[in-house]
Amino acid sequence: MVTKKFTREDIFKLLSFIPDPEIPVVSIKEMGMLRDVILSDEGCEVIITPTYTGCPAMGMIEDDIKRTLSENGVPSVKVKLVYAPAWTTDWMSLEAKDKMRKYGIAPPMSSACTKLTAYGKHEFIKCPHCNSTNTELISMFGSTACKALYKCEHCKEPFEYFKCH
Amino acid sequence: MNKQKAIFNYALRLGDNSLVLGHRLAELCSKGPILEEDLALTNMALDHIGRAQAFLGYAAQVEGKNKTADDLAYKRAERSFYNNLIMELPDKDFAATIARQLLVSSFEYFLYTELMKSKDETIAAISAKAVKEVRYHLAHSSDWTCRLGEGTAVSHEKMQNALNDLWMFTGELFEMNDADAILIKEGIAIDLNSIKQQWLEHVNGVILEATLTLPSSDFMQTGSRKGIHTEYLGHILSEMQYLQRAYPTAQW
Repeated sequence: MVTKKFTREDIFKLLSFIPDPEIPVVSIKEMGMLRDVILSDEGCEVIITPTYTGCPAMGMIEDDIKRTLSENGVPSVKVKLVYAPAWTTDWMSLEAKDKMRKYGIAPPMSSACTKLTAYGKHEFIKCPHCNSTNTELISMFGSTACKALYKCEHCKEPFEYFKCH
Repeated sequence: MNKQKAIFNYALRLGDNSLVLGHRLAELCSKGPILEEDLALTNMALDHIGRAQAFLGYAAQVEGKNKTADDLAYKRAERSFYNNLIMELPDKDFAATIARQLLVSSFEYFLYTELMKSKDETIAAISAKAVKEVRYHLAHSSDWTCRLGEGTAVSHEKMQNALNDLWMFTGELFEMNDADAILIKEGIAIDLNSIKQQWLEHVNGVILEATLTLPSSDFMQTGSRKGIHTEYLGHILSEMQYLQRAYPTAQW
């Protein structure tokens, strides 16, 4: 079998270059969406999990995985979507959060901040441009399911906050 | 009814509730009262449609007739839909949308919190995912209930009227049938009576904070467990299913 040439680590390495379609500075691996790679005689199975159940980027991510692996000669690739364990922003690496901040998106705080009644206004979100915590929620929902809109009272710039989840 | 059929019915009901409410919320795209609300309502629509895809996909798998989530969403008639009536009611105004979201999100929050412990792994996994999203929806509708309740005399009156109008559709949320009975024994479904008090207390808490009054009417509408719906569901389906009905093998 051709798959024998590839180890699980090789596959992970190939997939670690696939960017998140909506935040291209971070990869699907850094986001914590890439859960596992299973190699068997039948081929290669890649396990992914969505950030939000309705995340419209999942189809594109699946296509990207299949294309990347087939371009690199990995045959019989299957992509499986799993819901458990439920994705959390705590899986995001510190490097990923740093890249996100430099890209202009305030990275998520720890998921411990999500309580039933607490939302936006009770959190201290740092402005990704000037690091001020003098920020205010504009909208709980933003351009994608994973983000909210904020503005910075210090540098007067609006910015997106990646919600903790 | 055997266990497999009961799981099929149960997953179908959870999926239909998400699908129909997701469709109603999606209809508000570009019609939100302000831009931020347009974003909020469509984001919540997306969460519901995602959840519908997960539950209907599981229902299709359990049924074992080689169908997909799309087949179940697009190729059933209204008498085969089991969503609660409250999901299909039209959005008369923004107060009606917020009142429905408050009543339904509160219910969903307690439902999915309990279903996370389901002995059915797939139902537990989807529920664990759903509860994180619902928590956020509930914060949104609770916030808006207070803003409208404590806003102007007009917004207060509209919000109170919306709650009064929808109240008779809340009894059905807690109705159970044979499928529930079988699955409660197996530890798969939950006894909906067990979350009714929590739901009522939470809803009442928000309503009081919003300076509104909990509706007191006892009359409750019913029908959806048997597939009997209001006239609105047919109109939703005629739009949602048009493409698949007119071009049965269409793909894009």
